[in-house]
This record gives sequence, structure tokens and C-alpha cells, in this order.
Amino acid sequence: MSENASAFAYLISSILFIMALRGLSSPTSARQGNMFGIAGMVIAIATTLANPEVVGYGWIIAGVLVGGTIGTIIAVKIQMTALPQLVAAFHSLVGLAAVMVAGAAFLAPEAYGIGTAGAIPAVSLIEMSLGTAIGAITFTGSVIAFGKLQGIITGKPLVFPGQHFVNLALGILMVALIVWFANGQTGLAFVAIVVVSLVLGFMLILPIGGADMPVVISMLNSYSGWAACGIGFTLGNFALIITGALVGSSGAILSYIMCKGMNRSFHSVILGGFGGETDAAAAAEDMGDRTVKSGSAADAAFIMENASSIIIVPGYGMAVAQAQHALREMVDLLKNKGVTVRYAIHPVAGRMPGHMNVLLAEANVPYDEVLELDEINRDFPSTDIAFVIGANDVTNPSAKTDPTSAIYGMPILDVERAGTVLFIKRSMASGYAGVENPLFFRDNTMMLFSDAKKMCENIIKALE
Amino acid sequence: MASEKFVEKMEGLANNAEALADQANSLAAQAHILTAQSAPAGGGGEFIFLFTIFILAIFVGYYVVWNVTPALHSPLMGVTNAISSVIIVGALIAAGPADMTLSKFLGFVAVALASVNIFGGFIVTQRMLQMFKKKK
Repeated sequence: MSENASAFAYLISSILFIMALRGLSSPTSARQGNMFGIAGMVIAIATTLANPEVVGYGWIIAGVLVGGTIGTIIAVKIQMTALPQLVAAFHSLVGLAAVMVAGAAFLAPEAYGIGTAGAIPAVSLIEMSLGTAIGAITFTGSVIAFGKLQGIITGKPLVFPGQHFVNLALGILMVALIVWFANGQTGLAFVAIVVVSLVLGFMLILPIGGADMPVVISMLNSYSGWAACGIGFTLGNFALIITGALVGSSGAILSYIMCKGMNRSFHSVILGGFGGETDAAAAAEDMGDRTVKSGSAADAAFIMENASSIIIVPGYGMAVAQAQHALREMVDLLKNKGVTVRYAIHPVAGRMPGHMNVLLAEANVPYDEVLELDEINRDFPSTDIAFVIGANDVTNPSAKTDPTSAIYGMPILDVERAGTVLFIKRSMASGYAGVENPLFFRDNTMMLFSDAKKMCENIIKALE
Repeated sequence: MASEKFVEKMEGLANNAEALADQANSLAAQAHILTAQSAPAGGGGEFIFLFTIFILAIFVGYYVVWNVTPALHSPLMGVTNAISSVIIVGALIAAGPADMTLSKFLGFVAVALASVNIFGGFIVTQRMLQMFKKKK
């Protein structure tokens, strides 16, 4: 295939990738969009295989078979509640692949048309080192994020004195190494860049707490795109540059939306330390003299079947308890009794953007009953019951009233304005942000102390 | 008569065009050599070209992604994850040569890693999207 023909084919595949993202503007066009994405990938791979540099297919076929089989098995078997970990793990692979491709390009630059070994142009070396650095940071960062989401590493932020200073020093060291690499182009400099970047990725994500995970995942999504871009520049490949830029800006926008959903600035997330235990301990002390009204599944069933409208507010707790199916059954029974039921999703509910929507969709909840914060928040005052299942911080009124609260200013779902709040919770412990929720002590709140799934099942029994 | 002259003229034109095409071809070949020569010296011209594409793609991404409905943000991450594995094109070139070298080995590993992502990413996205149904 001539150079122009393959450039044209890469353009087609880039356009198909744009169409894939475009499809996601509505659930009706999204599946078709995904097909565009697959077509784009097939074209990009076929075009590259037709490249005269590619002559030995044995190892390529082996690699695709091994990787493809593993990927397929994982994707088919994974539970939807484990989606955030899966995405983190996948990001790490993109990062690692970027490092390897950069390494291969450094060792055999002829294949990519960027000079000969030892005589690679400085521009290409800088592009290569940026791709490598971002790729390596994405790799270790995603591994840590995976560990935190999977519960292998504590979700608490790990901070130590002088941390920011160490990161800054590593950053400066990195710049120096890139300069060294661009001038001397030694293998040692390349390896040093990889090592420092790996450490930096580790250091950047470790201090970030569990509550900020939606931002971290989006941020790593963005990084994986920029890594692809860096490699695209090195190889002078349009498809890589365009796709990397699409993914990079997509991740950046998601990070921005998540930050806004928590009223946190991007740099305060990066600096980390949010979501500790200290606040919770202090809160536990001063809650002693206040009383909490608690109820049983039968009480909840009685209140709900006599209501005319209910808004359900799901959170990460629902995912942990795998309660989405039981919840939908409960809602079906209520709907049969003539109750109007809708769902309200906070932008940062769950551990990744859109996590709750996927879980509800998995439980066959029609997507037009699932509404976003902006769409539904004004309806709480005219609603009989807010049913909070596994959410906590996103319903905390002190975000509006208490300037000293760690979550002050965060947009919340105004559940306290509903006639009655039913709040499923396992215990009185505070939420992920470690902040006490005054909602529990309000007169119109009834606490349902139980596992989310068990409570739904018991309510179902009471309704039947 | 007129048509004969016309044919003659057309032939002349065609010959001219052919000559022009030849010239263009040789120019293109020269340009190719020139760029190949200038690349080791810095390749700045090509960089600006690629950078332009990069910036325009960011703008496209910006407008397209703001149009994505928040309900589909998880599938968006799935699909971006899958398409960012287009990095496999770099891996394929590295894994392409006939003889086994370190760079070919790195390419092979990168092909395998990117394949996990491509298959995994698209399939898991498809699974998610299958579940988004309207009320019956």
C-alpha cells in the first residue's frame, strides 16, 4: 500500500473513531457507534499490516490471539460492579504498551522512518520520551488505582511529609533526563526516564483517597490518550495522534465533570489527602446526644405503598451489596401498586463516571426513568419519599449549610426536601469522604439499618 | 473537420498533462528525498503539520465528548479505552521484521497488551450498551 493510501486509510479509521464517540450522545445510537469504533480499529490494523515493513506475521498473530483471548474472557466474565477496576486495569495496559512501542522505536528507528539507531532526530527523541513518560506514569498510576478499587491497597489517602517536594524533584529530574536523552540518545537515559516515570505514577496516585476515585479514573483515561499521542508524534501516524487527542480530551472533560460534581479543584485532587478518617472520629463523638429514628422493612413497605411518588437515590453501597436487581424488583411491585418511581443519579455516585447508570441498566431499569442531578433536583419538594440506597455524601445537607464541612459547596441531591427520607445504611459510620451526615437526625428521616440487598428483599416480602 | 481538430487538440492536452504528471512525480520523489534528508536535521516542518492535526483533534474531541449523555459516561470510558489501543499500529510495525530482535520482542508484547484492550474494551462496552433499553 502506498504511503498516501495508508494515510487515507488511517484518516478513515480516525473518522470512524469520532463517529464512535458521537454515537454515545444517545443510548439509541450508541451501539451503532461502538460498531464504528470496531470498524475503525480493523481498518487501522489492516492498513498497518499492509505496511512493507511488516513481513513476519507469526509473532503478530500469536500476540493478537493471546491478548484477544484474555481480553475477551475478562470482558465477558466481569461483573458490572467491578467495572471501575477493569477500566483501571485496561488503562495500565495502554500505558505499558506505549512504553514498549517507544522502546522498540528507539532500538529500531529505521522501521518507523525516524533515522537510524544512534542518529535519531532530537525532535523524535523528545516526542518519544514524552510518550514513554506519560505511558509509564499511566501504567503505575493505573495499577495503584486498580489496587485501591479492588481493595488490595487501602482506599485511604497515603500521605507523608515532603511528598509534594519529592514529586516536584522527580518532575525536575524527568526534564533533565529528557534533555540528556535528546542529546546523548543513550539506552541508559531511556531506561532512567522509564524508571523515574514509573515512580512518579506511583507517587501521584497513592495519596489520592477513595472518594476522588472517579476523578482519578477519568484522569488516567486522559493520560492513556496523551501517551498514545506522544507515540503518534514519534511515528508520524495520524490515526494515533487523532485518537490519542480524542481520548485525552474525553478523559479531561470527564475529570472536569467529576471535579465539579464534588466542588473540588483539579489540583486539590492531584495533591491528594481527601477522604481521611480523622473527621469521622471527631464526628462520632458529637453525635451521641442526638436521636435517630429507625424502622423495619415492613415500616418502609407500608410507607412506600401508600405514597404516590418516590425518587430512588443509588450510590456505591448499592454496587457493593449487588442490590440493583432486588431494587428493581421492589420498584416493579411499587409501580404495580400505582406509585410513580424515578431514579436520581449524582455525577459522582459510584467509583467511575456513569457507574450507577450502568448498574441500573444491568437490572433492566429503563433509562428514561433514570435522571441526572440537574434534571430531577427541583422535584424533591413535590415528592413523597426519597429512598436512599448506598449513597451518603451526595445527599449530605451540610454541603449547603456548613462552611466548615469537608464537602461544603458540593452540589447535592436535595433528598431532605422530600416528604420522608428512607435511608438504607449498614451502620452509623460516615461516608467515603469521612463526613457526618446530619440527614440521619432529621424528623422526616427513617433509617433502615441493614445490608442494601437484604433490605430490598425484605421490603419485597412485605409488599407481596 | 472540426471534430478531428478537436481530437488533435485533446491529444495535445493529454500529452501536456502526462508531461506535467511526470514532472509532478519526479518533484514528489525529490521532495521525498528532501524530507528524508532534512528529517535527521530536525524535521520541524513535519512537526508543525502533526501538531496542527493534534490541536484540531482536541477540538473535535472537546465538542463531541460534551455531547455525550452523562448516562453513558461509563461506556464512553470503555470505548475510549478501546480506541486508545490503536497504539497497536506502532506495536505491529515493531513486531513486523522477520528476524527476532529485542525491538521485535517489545513489539510482540505490546501487540498482546493492546489486543487485550481492544477486545476487552469493545466487548465490555458492547455489553454495557446492550443493557440500555427503553421502557417497553
